[in-house]
Parts: sequence; structure tokens; C-alpha cells
Amino acid sequence: MNATPSLPGLVEGEELIFSPPRSLTPVPTHYCPGCHHGVAHRLVAELLDEMGLQEKTALISSIGCSVFSYNYFEVDALEAPHGRAPAVATGLKRARPDCFVFTYQGDGDLASIGLAEIMHAANRGDKISIVFVNNTVYGMTGGQMAPTTLLGQKTTTTPMGRISEDCGYPMRMAEIISGLDGTVYSARGALNDAKNIRQAKKMIRRAFEAQSTNSGLGFVELLAGCPTNWHMDALSSNKRIGTELIPVFPLGVFKDNGFAESGKGGGK
Amino acid sequence: MEDKKIFIRGNEAVCYGALSAGARCYFGYPITPQSEIPEMMSKAMPEAGGSFVQAESELAAASMLMGAAAAGVRAFTSSSSPGVSLMQECISYMSGSQLPAVIVNMNRGGPGLGDIGSAQGDYYQATRGGGHGDYRTLTLAPSGCQEAHDMMIRAFDLAFKYRNPVLVLGDGVVGTMKEPVRLWTPSQINSHAAASWQVSGAAGREKHVLKSLYLLDGVLAAHNRKLQEKFAAMRAETEAECVETADASLVVVAYGSIGRIAKSAVRLLRSQGLKVGLVRPITLYPFPDKVLQDLAEHGKKFLTIEHNCGQMVDDVRLAIRGYADSDFHGHMPGAVPAMDDFIGPIEEAARRTA
Ligand SMILES: Cc1ncc(C[n+]2csc(CCOP(=O)(O)OP(=O)(O)O)c2C)c(N)n1
Repeated sequence: MNATPSLPGLVEGEELIFSPPRSLTPVPTHYCPGCHHGVAHRLVAELLDEMGLQEKTALISSIGCSVFSYNYFEVDALEAPHGRAPAVATGLKRARPDCFVFTYQGDGDLASIGLAEIMHAANRGDKISIVFVNNTVYGMTGGQMAPTTLLGQKTTTTPMGRISEDCGYPMRMAEIISGLDGTVYSARGALNDAKNIRQAKKMIRRAFEAQSTNSGLGFVELLAGCPTNWHMDALSSNKRIGTELIPVFPLGVFKDNGFAESGKGGGK
Repeated sequence: MEDKKIFIRGNEAVCYGALSAGARCYFGYPITPQSEIPEMMSKAMPEAGGSFVQAESELAAASMLMGAAAAGVRAFTSSSSPGVSLMQECISYMSGSQLPAVIVNMNRGGPGLGDIGSAQGDYYQATRGGGHGDYRTLTLAPSGCQEAHDMMIRAFDLAFKYRNPVLVLGDGVVGTMKEPVRLWTPSQINSHAAASWQVSGAAGREKHVLKSLYLLDGVLAAHNRKLQEKFAAMRAETEAECVETADASLVVVAYGSIGRIAKSAVRLLRSQGLKVGLVRPITLYPFPDKVLQDLAEHGKKFLTIEHNCGQMVDDVRLAIRGYADSDFHGHMPGAVPAMDDFIGPIEEAARRTA
């Protein structure tokens, strides 16, 4: 698995100057056009390569559109029940502390059914990393309301738009998780344009360093588009992230305990 | 651990057995009558170089167990009835993903919150899979502290041999009573080639993916067929204790602590000349139906005694169908039976079936 994934052969005189990350399996994904799971996968895979983590990584995939992420990441993987990925990650990390363990979860998975598991994994300061993809809906099951659905947003279970009197308010998970003492890093990025994508990669790197320096739990929330369930085209969905999501889910780093960077004399 | 006898509770015997079996992770949540297990593991696991986590719920404890099992590490959890209900999600996932783990249930009274006393109301849950989907868990039923210890050692080996969750179904009596227990350690621990499937980082090999989702047409069917073959192969592990069955006209069937109490009643009635014997299933799944069928073919009558409202009796009747039926005596959960409670029902069954 360590060879560069098979690429069209080079002909004489050509030099390979760029290739996909080794940590991505060179297969087409099942994601819809304009969905940002693919972008998030790409960033994560680049970092696994750059940080030299691929061979010790255990991916805990969750239940949602990204359940098949184990088909796309070229790493060992385990499929957790809906919402339980952080607890599964805790068990695996305790059993094999040398592994690099990260979960990849949607907003229904993490913020609704799995709320207890993420809160307590963060509170214990488990040495795991969380990649949390917030697209404000339950994508896989057909676009129902998630805890992150915006007020007024129409979904298949809020046909008149989300009303706070009935369904409460959008949950800001990056802020909530940052409030727990075991969390050493928590941030929110977005995947809607090049600038935000570059910033998001830096955030994922820090969330991974939280683990590679054995400091505590690292959490990164990524605002992502779901054109299919938002009933819009890809460009409008990118735009919506900027105009509607970011005002409710501000981008930024909510906690960084200042642990060392890995590979630069990081603490034990 | 040296070869010596110490005077301990069943809950402690479970811990010693697990440690001797090489268990290095424990995840659990407090509930009576088994809280001594997490209490003891919180000290013993770190001392053994392993890991202990008091989970936020039994949902999480079972999920942690799944993570450790996927890593190919010997891990276990324990609980009692309401907590084991919460674990069913992950037990189903572990069976579907073919992961080896041991789950101890010190059965208490139900339904709902029930009570904190001993009961056998979780027999169906333990022997029918318990969660969703077509799966089974190998289920061992200790009747005392020594068996509780020894069964933990066996449970880990079976879990890895079959890559499937194994249940040790005790009850409040087994968990809390004290007996002398001989501690021993198996001479070697067989990992059953866990390295060939475990999730531990794919250095120098193909990636391993452990999952239970199979969406493509026909693939889940093939997976289920493979699982069913495995459950059928588990029949090789069937075990039961038979007491004075050869010349008995009435055979009492009872398991766990109730099997042990019934054995005393059977012995007493034998000494008074009643031709009665006992079959105590040691594996509840696979169920020792062949043993019972053989006895039924020889014209024996049957009485099933349980500490519930009638669950294992279904399996007894299935085992002997075509040859015989079984009477049933259920001691209601909510009170612990003594030997005397079984004398009358056995005598009566003997009269009825004579
Ligand atoms: C216990 C349980 N309840 C419900 C489901 C059905 N289900 C599958 S995916 C999903 C929602 C996932 O949404 P999200 O986490 O937001 O991820 P997305 O699909 O949007 O990426 C649900 C409810 C399930 N698989 N298991």
C-alpha cells in the first residue's frame, strides 16, 4: 500500500511533479456533485502524508454519507455505530496508544445521537482527533433536520422551516467542545472557497498535532455544502455557506492550548 | 498468578479469570450487582499494563469494547440487565463485523429497573443475539465462583477462535457469593491470527477494514451465510453437566445458580429413592439439545426450572420435540430461591409424569 497509487505511466522526458496523496485510494467517490466530503477527504489525506501518519492510522468512520470513507482513505479503518465513533476511538486508542486514531463524523452523527460520546471523549482528553463535517442536514437519509440546521431552514422534517419554539436552535459544536478542559484544540473552518480551504487545512493539522504530541483531544468543524439536500447547484451552495452559515457558525480557532508542533520537539 | 485457592466473590473471580486470560482493556459503567468488577479493574488493569475507562454509559462502554476488539486486543466489559440492554447495539455490530469480545452479565430482576437481586430473565436476550439482525453470541453460564473464573479464560479463547462476541451470563447470586477459587493461568494464549485482520495501522501490508455494512446486491446475503456457518460451527463447543441421568425417570433441566440449587434438591430426593436426575446446560448458546434429545429418546420425562417466567423451557421443548414435553417451574424474580423451594415442584412433576 505504500507505493504511489497507480497513475497513467510517464513517458520519457516527463517528470512527476505532482500526484494525489498516498493516503487517498485512487477510486471515484460516491459523493454528489458539489458535496464537500471529497474536499475534506483530500485535506485529511494530504496531512496524513505530510505528517507521516498513514501507516499508523486507524480511521473510525461514522454513519452518514461518509460511512464509506474507508473506501477512500488508504488506511486501516473501522465502522462505528451511529454517533459512537468517539467512544470506539477511545477504545482503540487505549488498546493501541501508538496508533493515530481519528473519527470522521457528520453533524447528525456527532451533534445529535452521538452527543454524549463526543462530550465525554473531549472531557477525558482522549488522545484522538475529530473531523466534524457540518452540512446542516442529515444528508444520507434524505435531508432531515440536524441539530445544526439553521432557523428558518426548510428540510424534509421542517417543511415550514426550523422554528426554535419546536426544535430549538442550531448547536455550535466547536464552541461547545472548546469549553471542555480535555479539549486542547477546537476550531471551525469552511470548505466553500480556496482561502477557507487553505485555512481549514491548517486547522486539521493542529487537530492532528493535538494527538501526535499526545496533548489531548483535537477537534475541527468544517462547514460543508450539501447541494442535493439544500436543493441548489454547487455554486449556490458554496455561496450559501458564506451568506447564511458563517454568520451563525463563525470561523475561527476557539481553543489552542499552544502544544508544540509535531516533528518540532513536540512534548510527550 | 500462582496456583492457589483464595476466598473471593464471583465478581472478583471474573476479574482474576480475565486477567489470566490476557485481558488488557476493561470498559464499564457501575450497576448492582456487579460494581465490584469495574472497581477491581480500575486498579488491576493499570497494574497489568492495560487500560481501564469508566465509560459515560453502557452504550459507550460497548463502543469502547468494539474499538479495542478491532485492535486485536483482549478486552471485556461487564454489566447487569438494564446496562446489557444498552450494549446490544454494539454487540450486534461486533458480531456483524466479526470482532472478538467478552461481555459479562450479572443478571438481575426485570423488566425495566426490576430489582437488584438475582434473576434469569435475560436468557432470551443472551441466546437469541439480543440486538438487531441474524446473529448469535456464544453464551456461557457459570453456576459458581470457580466456573466464573474458568469461563472467562474460555470465553476469551472462544471469542478469538470464532471472531464473535462471547457472553458470560451469571446472575446476582454468582456475582456476589463468596467461594474458594483456584486461580490458574493458561500456559499460552492463542491470538488465533488476529494480526491478519486487526486495525492497528497498515504498515507494510494492505489496509484492514472492519465493517458490517454491505449494500451491493447479494453481498450481505453472502456475509450472512458465512456468519450462519460460523454459528453452526460453534456447536462443537456445546457443554452440559449431567447428574444421575442414566437411570432417572425424571430429568430436571436448570442452568447457572439455579442449576446448582436444583442439583442439591435432586441429590436429596435421590437419597430418598426418587429416580430423578439433572441436566445443567453450561453453554446456553449453543444449547445442549443433543444431550436432552438422547434422554428423551430413552423415555425420560422433563421438568425445567428457571428463575424467570419461562424462557429456556422453549429450548428444552425444541430439543425433545417428537419424544417428550417439559413441565416448567418458574421461581419469580424478586426473591432468591432455596433448595426447599424446588423439592415440592420436583416431587409433583415426578408424580404427574410417573
Ligand atoms: C441508530 C441509527 N439511527 C438512525 C440511522 C439512520 N441514519 C443513517 S445516516 C443518518 C444521518 C447522518 O447524518 P449526518 O451525520 O449529518 O451525516 P451526512 O449524511 O449529512 O454526511 C441517519 C439518521 C442509523 N443508521 N442508525
